[in-house]
Amino acid sequence: MAIGDTTAHGGALALEPGYADNAADALRDLRPAGETIDFELEQHHDAASTAQLGFWIYLMSDCLLFAGLFATYSVLHTRTAGGPTPHGLFDLPYVLTETVFLLVSSFTCGLAMLAMGRRSRGATLAWLAVTFVLGLAFVGMEVHEFAHMVADGAGPDRSAFLSSFFTLVATHGLHVTCGLIWMAIMMALVVKKGFTPSTVSRLSCLSLFWHFLDIIWVGVFSLVYLFGVS
Amino acid sequence: MSAANEAIVGRAPHGAIHVAAHGAAHGGHGSRKSYITGFLLAIALTVVPFGLVMSHSSIGTPLIIAVFALAQIGVHIVYFLHVNRSEEQRWNLMALVFTAIVVCIILGGSIWIMHNLYANMMPGIMQAPMG
Amino acid sequence: MLGKLTLAAVPYQNPIIFGAIAFMVLVALAVVGTITVLGKWKYLWTEWLTSVDHKKIGAMYLILAGVMLLRGFADAVMMRAQQALAYGPHAGYLPPEHFDQVFSAHGTIMIFFMAMPFMIGLMNCVLPLQIGARDVAFPFLNSLSLWLTVVGAMLVNLSLAVGNFARTGWLAYPPLSELHFSPGVGVDYYIWALQISGIGTTLTGVNFIATILRMRAPGMTLMRMPVFTWTALCTNILIVAAFPVLTVSLALLTLDRYLGMHFFTNSLGGDPMMYINLIWIWGHPEVYILILPAFGIFSEIIATFSGKRLFGYTSMVLATMAIALLSFLVWLHHFFTMGSGADVNAFFGITTMVIAVPTGVKIFNWLFTMYRGRVRFDSPVLWTIGFMITFVIGGMSGVLMAVPPADFVLHNSLFLVAHFHNVIIGGVVFGAMAGLTYWFPKVFGFRLNETLGKAAFWCWLVGFYVAFMPLYVLGLMGATRRMDHYDNPAWQPLFVVAAIGAAIIFCGIMLQLAQVVVSIAQRERARDPTGDPWGGRTLEWATSSPPPAYNFARIPVVRDRDAFWDMKQRGVDLKAAVYRPIHMPRNTATGFVMAVFIGLAGFAMIWHIWWLAIGGFAAAMVALVRHAFDDDRDYYVAAEEVRRTEILRGRAQLRSV
Repeated sequence: MAIGDTTAHGGALALEPGYADNAADALRDLRPAGETIDFELEQHHDAASTAQLGFWIYLMSDCLLFAGLFATYSVLHTRTAGGPTPHGLFDLPYVLTETVFLLVSSFTCGLAMLAMGRRSRGATLAWLAVTFVLGLAFVGMEVHEFAHMVADGAGPDRSAFLSSFFTLVATHGLHVTCGLIWMAIMMALVVKKGFTPSTVSRLSCLSLFWHFLDIIWVGVFSLVYLFGVS
Repeated sequence: MSAANEAIVGRAPHGAIHVAAHGAAHGGHGSRKSYITGFLLAIALTVVPFGLVMSHSSIGTPLIIAVFALAQIGVHIVYFLHVNRSEEQRWNLMALVFTAIVVCIILGGSIWIMHNLYANMMPGIMQAPMG
Repeated sequence: MLGKLTLAAVPYQNPIIFGAIAFMVLVALAVVGTITVLGKWKYLWTEWLTSVDHKKIGAMYLILAGVMLLRGFADAVMMRAQQALAYGPHAGYLPPEHFDQVFSAHGTIMIFFMAMPFMIGLMNCVLPLQIGARDVAFPFLNSLSLWLTVVGAMLVNLSLAVGNFARTGWLAYPPLSELHFSPGVGVDYYIWALQISGIGTTLTGVNFIATILRMRAPGMTLMRMPVFTWTALCTNILIVAAFPVLTVSLALLTLDRYLGMHFFTNSLGGDPMMYINLIWIWGHPEVYILILPAFGIFSEIIATFSGKRLFGYTSMVLATMAIALLSFLVWLHHFFTMGSGADVNAFFGITTMVIAVPTGVKIFNWLFTMYRGRVRFDSPVLWTIGFMITFVIGGMSGVLMAVPPADFVLHNSLFLVAHFHNVIIGGVVFGAMAGLTYWFPKVFGFRLNETLGKAAFWCWLVGFYVAFMPLYVLGLMGATRRMDHYDNPAWQPLFVVAAIGAAIIFCGIMLQLAQVVVSIAQRERARDPTGDPWGGRTLEWATSSPPPAYNFARIPVVRDRDAFWDMKQRGVDLKAAVYRPIHMPRNTATGFVMAVFIGLAGFAMIWHIWWLAIGGFAAAMVALVRHAFDDDRDYYVAAEEVRRTEILRGRAQLRSV
């Protein structure tokens, strides 16, 4: 019943005949028996799933950003200008360790989402903390690898191959770092405000981001490290 | 506020219906089982190609590595991102497919173009682009 | 402390530039002075700068586009004048290094800060209304996108006064744009202006896709959407898909310039050709991003003013989707001559010819819509017919160049310049003008003066042909683009004709400025009382002009294409008897503030003022996080206030409920 509505059954906003056949799917779930549908509600009722669709579309644009970087690496990776080559540079056991860290963190992020589904604050924060530590370890190992390479004269300014290597891998690492900052902020939000609709929605977006970064890493370790050495 | 007015402004009753109706699918967070399955598959699909390359096995070719990579990406998409052909995931799936097509065009097109470019414009430069 | 920035960066000695700076400063002072005298600063801040309302954001995009049209056109006039004068022994009045900045600024401004904001502005104004929504999916992001674009435009304009702009053309090809050959700040202005506004544009893409997919009125299935909505959807998909590649291209150039990397340098393995490959992977979809909304605008106008349903709706939708997908398969035609060889050239030549087919389908659909319709030749229709003729000619010259051997003769000649101006002016600009005239009453509440509008159209149409047909001839005679001087005397008369054409277009632009002034002065007489001045067919015409902030007091249920026309046919009573509270987003300063800080950071990056760059970026992030923690971001318009607003607009039933 509408505020200010004194007609018997809120008739003005009752569905027109035949409407149900054409209704958007979202409305079907919303109709409690006997009540009229309020169209305005339907719009922000879907705010969380709209946010996630929007974030997903952003992730697709990020995918294409990485595609540009992958294409650049593919084209330029043999142009070593007489400098260091992949064979001399890449330490596969080291990269495997990094990879396992990131993959496990993807798994623990999933567990954090399950805990969020149960609205269990403690478990969610615990799993997010584990994810954070693993992600931090990944970034730390990567920074260490870069520092080592630069010290060895294999910095990004040495050749086109190294420019494209550093840029592709570091862009991924920067994304992971931003994810970590975001994760810390989200953990603070969960502590401060609990599981509000907006916090839940944002955590879902964060987990999408985190899984997506692991997908990109699969591409990176395969194309850069494994191809490079094989 | 009366229950009716609460309903209008979108608090409790509708909020509850929202969560109930979309509970399982909301955020699409899947189940413990799907995460464990996905994780184990992904670990296997990681360790095997690394092992092949580190042991200098002859099957550790770029093609095989690519197959493992694509398989693992698929595992992540299905088991971690829960993308499927359901109603809720319809647009996500379409966006993903479109993105995949454009990624292939960008990667494949660039490699083809630049490879031909080098062959024509810089003969003698050893160029072996990927794929 | 101030990096590379010194007082020497301001070009005191150059009279032309100094005159331009003085003019800009005078205009800025006049604007600031007027606002102060009228006491409107608070109003400006609360109602416009902090607005998240798509209608206001759209209007501001349009104002930006209009201002930048003047700036870009000034560059055009300078070029035409120089080329009409500078042959043989005459050097003209513009030294080469200045001329190079002029043509670079002209292209950059017209594409990024005139055409894109124009189309995005129109989409902002119209799209949510057309789909029966109250706003876009992410209103705050919409505000951020606008201000990031404005900041980019400001940086380009600032380069005139502090330092200089790039001399590398609108795409800044390396190795010329590398540090070795462009050690100054010009290319850096270009890079940062585009990166910053590019983020805004990408966010717009995300925003509009989510809006169209999620926020349509009940009953509006995809195949019941207006064609403008369809073209907007495909445009924004292209934006999301293509702009990341621009980001990458510019970022890699930035890394070369700032950190000494070797992506596109001449040494240590760098490859300039990879930049050209990447930038055109973005560049070709970009021109379709510009033209698709124009196609949508023409579809709406031709159906409305023919009094007929658009012919071939399904084929229009399919053609739009085909164009969007194909636009990713043609990019090499911009560098046939770079040397990929016959196989590659043949493939891309064929795809380029194929992409002309769906556009042809559209032309026929428009013609068939007009056939047997009762066509009213108001100025939107004049722009549309002008477009159909002009764009087809431009398209044909494009298909000619799609043949690689022909392109080997014509690449980078004035023939190419004539072709792309033919399709951009005939397509994008005419479309923007048509859309502006068509939707102006909806956004601002009164009609534009029709007489001045028609006069402006004729000046633009005639002026365009006089200005650019000579360029086709010149291209075939061997004249290359971007020349500040030439030796062949046979070319000069043609350049003079082209300059006359530019003068005619100038008259057209002056008439449009007069049109705006006169229309504002006469606005009471030209008020749109019904909200439907043209006999519209789509939902935006179901609201008052201008619509209230919440757009629709009651979201309509859609039963067919041309939803509003269908309602009019069925006699649906648009007046609501019952009102409900409406959920609206609050205005916020965050978008504006973030953009200002990011702009400062961009300026600092250009001049190597590292502390300011880091500080500006950090401040922007702080503003973002603060916004994220803010819970007070929305409010409800009470039902009683909705009712009062509707009554005031003459749209409510007057008997009390």
